[in-house]
Amino acid sequence: MSHASDIHINDHHEGHHHHKDTFITKYIFSIDHKMIAKQYLLTGIFMGIIGVGMSLLFRLQLAWPEQSFKVFSFFLGEKMAPGGVMTNEAYLSLITIHGTIMVFFVLTAALSGTFSNLLIPLQLGARDMASGFMNMISYWMFFLSSVIMVISLFVESGPASAGWTIYPPLSALPQAIAGSGLGMTLWLVSMAVFIASSLMGSLNYIVTVLNLRTKGMSMTRMPLTIWAFFITAVIGVISFPVLLSAALLLIMDRSFGTSFFLSDIYLAGEVLNYQGGSPVLFEHLFWFLGHPEVYIILLPALGITSEVIATNSRKPIFGYRAMIMSILAIAFLSTIVWGHHMFVSGMNPFLGSVFTFTTLLIAIPSAVKAFNYITTLWKGNLQLNPAMLFSIGLVSTFITGGLTGIILGDSTLDINVHDTYFVVAHFHLVMGVSALYGMFAGIYHWYPKMFGRMLNKTLGYIHFWVTAVCAYGVFFPMHFIGLAGLPRRYYENTNFPLFDEFQDVNVIITAFAIIGGLVQIVFIYNFFHSIFYGEKTVQNPWKSNTLEWTAPIEHIHGNWPGEIPEVHRWPYDYSKPGHEDDFVPQNVPMKPGEEVLHH
Amino acid sequence: MTIILVLLVLVLLSVALWQLTKIFDLTQAGVAVKNSQVADDNDNKVNGYLLFGFLGFIYCIMITCVVKYGKFPLLSNPASVHGKEVDRLMWISLILIFTVQIITQALLHYFGYKYRGKKGQVATYFSDNNKLEFIWSSIPAIVLAVLIFFGLFAWNDIMFVNEKVEKPIVIEIYAQQFKWTARYSGADNVLGKANVRLIEGVNTLGLDLTDKNAQDDIVTDELHLPKGRRVVFKIRSQDVLHSMYMPHFRAQMNCVPGMVTQFSFIPSVTTAEMRETPEMIEKVEHINKIREERSKALVAEGKTALDPYTFDYLLLCNKICGASHYNMQMKVVVDTPEEYQKWLATKTTLVKAVKEAKADQDNPKEGEAVTATTDSLSTKKDTTIVAQASSK
Repeated sequence: MSHASDIHINDHHEGHHHHKDTFITKYIFSIDHKMIAKQYLLTGIFMGIIGVGMSLLFRLQLAWPEQSFKVFSFFLGEKMAPGGVMTNEAYLSLITIHGTIMVFFVLTAALSGTFSNLLIPLQLGARDMASGFMNMISYWMFFLSSVIMVISLFVESGPASAGWTIYPPLSALPQAIAGSGLGMTLWLVSMAVFIASSLMGSLNYIVTVLNLRTKGMSMTRMPLTIWAFFITAVIGVISFPVLLSAALLLIMDRSFGTSFFLSDIYLAGEVLNYQGGSPVLFEHLFWFLGHPEVYIILLPALGITSEVIATNSRKPIFGYRAMIMSILAIAFLSTIVWGHHMFVSGMNPFLGSVFTFTTLLIAIPSAVKAFNYITTLWKGNLQLNPAMLFSIGLVSTFITGGLTGIILGDSTLDINVHDTYFVVAHFHLVMGVSALYGMFAGIYHWYPKMFGRMLNKTLGYIHFWVTAVCAYGVFFPMHFIGLAGLPRRYYENTNFPLFDEFQDVNVIITAFAIIGGLVQIVFIYNFFHSIFYGEKTVQNPWKSNTLEWTAPIEHIHGNWPGEIPEVHRWPYDYSKPGHEDDFVPQNVPMKPGEEVLHH
Repeated sequence: MTIILVLLVLVLLSVALWQLTKIFDLTQAGVAVKNSQVADDNDNKVNGYLLFGFLGFIYCIMITCVVKYGKFPLLSNPASVHGKEVDRLMWISLILIFTVQIITQALLHYFGYKYRGKKGQVATYFSDNNKLEFIWSSIPAIVLAVLIFFGLFAWNDIMFVNEKVEKPIVIEIYAQQFKWTARYSGADNVLGKANVRLIEGVNTLGLDLTDKNAQDDIVTDELHLPKGRRVVFKIRSQDVLHSMYMPHFRAQMNCVPGMVTQFSFIPSVTTAEMRETPEMIEKVEHINKIREERSKALVAEGKTALDPYTFDYLLLCNKICGASHYNMQMKVVVDTPEEYQKWLATKTTLVKAVKEAKADQDNPKEGEAVTATTDSLSTKKDTTIVAQASSK
C-alpha cells in the first residue's frame, strides 16, 4: 500500500509526470489528497442538505402541530405523513437522522475530511498524505456509510428513531419503537463503517503530521490549523473505537440475544429474556466518544478560524503558544468530562461532583482561545472577506453557546435543564453553528486553492449576514423555553396547557429557521456556479503566509513542481516591522539581522 | 400545486441571483480585473458597520427575550425546599454569563468595526503577552472555582440524603410506555419487593404479593405529596429509559430498567397555595387568554373548544421513550399533611385489589364471566394497545 505511494512520490522528485490519469483514477478512485478533500466536501454538502432539510420539516411540525403540509406529503410520503400530517414516529425519525447526519457526516467527516486532507500536506510541505491509498479507502468507506445511512431512510419500518444518542433499550427493541427494526440495524452498520473510515483518516493525518513536514517546519512552526487537525485526529483515535465497541455490543444485544445493556424488561405484554445488563453502561461508552466528539467537531473549526482571523487581520495570531497549550488542554480534558451528560442518569452522585469539576475546568482553555481571538482583532487591519466574517461569527456563537455551558456543566443546575430546549440551544450554538461557520470560513478561504476560482463575495456577504441573524433568531429564544422546563424531542406541546405560552416562540423560531435554511441556497448556487464561472484566482489571493499558497494554482500530483519549499519562519509574520509587505511567507529566508519577535 | 409553486419560486430565485451576479460582474468590468472577489475598502467599510449593527442586533434579541420571555423560566416559585438553593445558583450563573456575554460580544464586534481595513492602515505586530494570558486564564479559574464550590455543596445536599436520620416517606415512581404509576409504601414505609417477571393482571407493577412489606403498598395513578415532609422517590422502569422530570420541584432522575434510581426532596408549597400566588395567577390568565383565542378558531372549524386551564404540578417524561413520549405525564398534587393522609386512606392496597380481581374471576356472576376474562387480558396487553393507539 505504502509502497505504491512511495513510488508515486519519488516520481515527482525526479520530475516525471508521464503517467496518464483516466477519468476514474482522477475523479473517482483518486489517491490525490486534494481530490479526496473535494470528494469529502461534495459528499458533506449533499448530506448537509439532507440534514438541514430535515430540521426544516420538523420545525414546521413544532410551529404548527399536526397541520397538514404539502411538503410533508412530498418528502415523507403517505406512510410517514398520512394526509400531509407528520406522524409522531416520523418526527422522532427526523430528529434522530438530523442529529446523526449533522454531527457525524457533516461536521465530523466532511469538516475534518475536507480540510485535513487539503491542508495537512499543503501547509506542511508534503507531496501527499503518508498513505494515499489508505486515504482513498477512508473516503470510500465514508461514502459507503453515507449510502447506507441514506438507504435506511427508505426502509419499511422507518429509519432509526431513538434519538442520535441511540440509548438502549429503546434502540435495541423493535417492540419499543418501529424505527428500532431494520432502520436501526442499518444505522449501526453505517456507523461501524463510518468509524473505520474515520480511524483510517485520523491515523493518516497523525502519521503525515509527524513524519512528512518539510525542512524547517518544526512543530512550533506549524500553522494552528495543522495543530487543530493533528490533535483532533489524536482524540478521534482515542475515542472512536469506544463507540465502535458500544455499537458492536448493541448489535449483539439486538441480534444475538446477549444482555450487555438490557435487563428486566416487560414490553408489549411479555417479559423479555434479558438479565444483568445496564443501559447506563451504554451511556458511559457512548459519551466517552460523544463528548470528545464535540471537540473533534469544534477544534478543526477553531483551527480554520485561527488561520483566517490572523490572515485577514494582517496580524500574528495572538498567543500562538497559548493557543497550542489550550488545544492540548482541551484535548486532555475532553476525555474526562463525558459524565456531565449523565448527571441524572442514575450513576453515583459522587461521580457527578467529579465531572462537574473537570467540566468547568474546560472553560478555562476555551476562555483563553476566545480572548486570544478578540485580541488578534485589536489594532488589526481587518480585511472583512466572507471567510473573515464567518470566523468572527464563530467567535461570537462560540462565546454565546459556551457561556451556557457553565450552567449545564454544573450538576446542581443541570437537574432542572437537563434534556430541555436549553440544552438544544446550548449545543447548537457552541458546536453546531460554530462548527458550520468554521466550515464556511474554510470553504470561502480555501475555495481558490481547491477550484482555482474565487467565490462571489457579494453572495458570500448575503449568505453570512442572513445566516448570522437567523442563527441567533433560532437558538437564542430556545434558551428561555428551555429554562421554562420544555423538554426536547416532544412531537408537540399541545398536551400541556402549561406550555401553551411557547407556541408563539416556536413560530418565530421556525420562521427564522426557514429563512436561514433557504439562504443556504445562495451558498450552494455560489459554490457550484463558481466552480465553472467564478473569477480565476491569483496564486495568493489573501496574501497569506502559509505554504499552500506557494503551490501552483493548477493542481498537480506532488503539489510543487521541482523542490518542496523550505521553511524559515513561523506562519504568522504579518505586518512585521522591517518588511515592506504586510506579509512574509514561511518560505522567505530571514533577512540578515532580522529578529524573531514572537515567543 | 404548492410544491410546484415553491419549486418555481426557487428556480426564479436562482435565476434572479444569477442575474444579480451578472450585473455585479458587469459593474466590475473595466475596474480592477484581478482579485475583484477580495474585500476592498468599500466592503470593509460596509461590513464593519454591519458588524457594529450586528452587536446591536444581539443586544436587541437578548433584551427582547429577557423582557418578553423572561417570565417563562421557572426561576421564581420553586415548590421544593432545595429549589430555592438551585434557583439562587441559577440566578448567579445567569447574571454572570449575561455580563460576560455583553462585554465580550461588545469587544469582538466593536473591534471588527473599529479596525476595519483601510488602504495604508498598518496592523500592529503584537504576537503575545504572558501577563494578559495569565489574567484571562486566572480570572475564569477563580470565578469557576467559586461556582464549583457552591454548586457542589448544593449537589451534595440534594443527592445525599441520610434516610435513617430524616425518615422520608418512601414512594415508588414506576415508568412504562407511556404512563406513570406511583406506589406508596404504606404504614411500614417500606416498599415491597417487585420484579417485572411478576407482572400479572391487576398487578401491573410486578409486586411480590407474598412479601410482608408489600401487604400495605398502595398503587395510584396520581401523585400526592404532603407539604413539608421529605419524600424519597425510588424509581423503576419496566421497558425503556424514561426520565422523571418535575420542573416545578427542580427535580429530575432517569428511570432505568433493571435498576432502582432515586431522588428526594421536600415539597414546600401546596397546589392550592401555588394557585394563589400572583405570578401563577398572571401566568394562568395569560395561558387561558391564549387558549380562548385558539378555542374560537377551533369552534369556527366545527371542533370542540379547549378546556380552561387550572394550574397543577406535573411529572413529565424527559427522556425519549417511544412514539408517544410527548404525552407521558402524571398529575402531581401537594396537599397539607392532613389532606394527604385523608387521600391516602381512601385508596385500597394492591394486595386487596388483586384478591378482589381474583374473587371476581373465580365466582363469576352470570353473564359477567366473559367480561372478566377480557378485562384481565386487556390489562395484560395494555401497553401494546396504548402504543398502537398513539402511533398514528
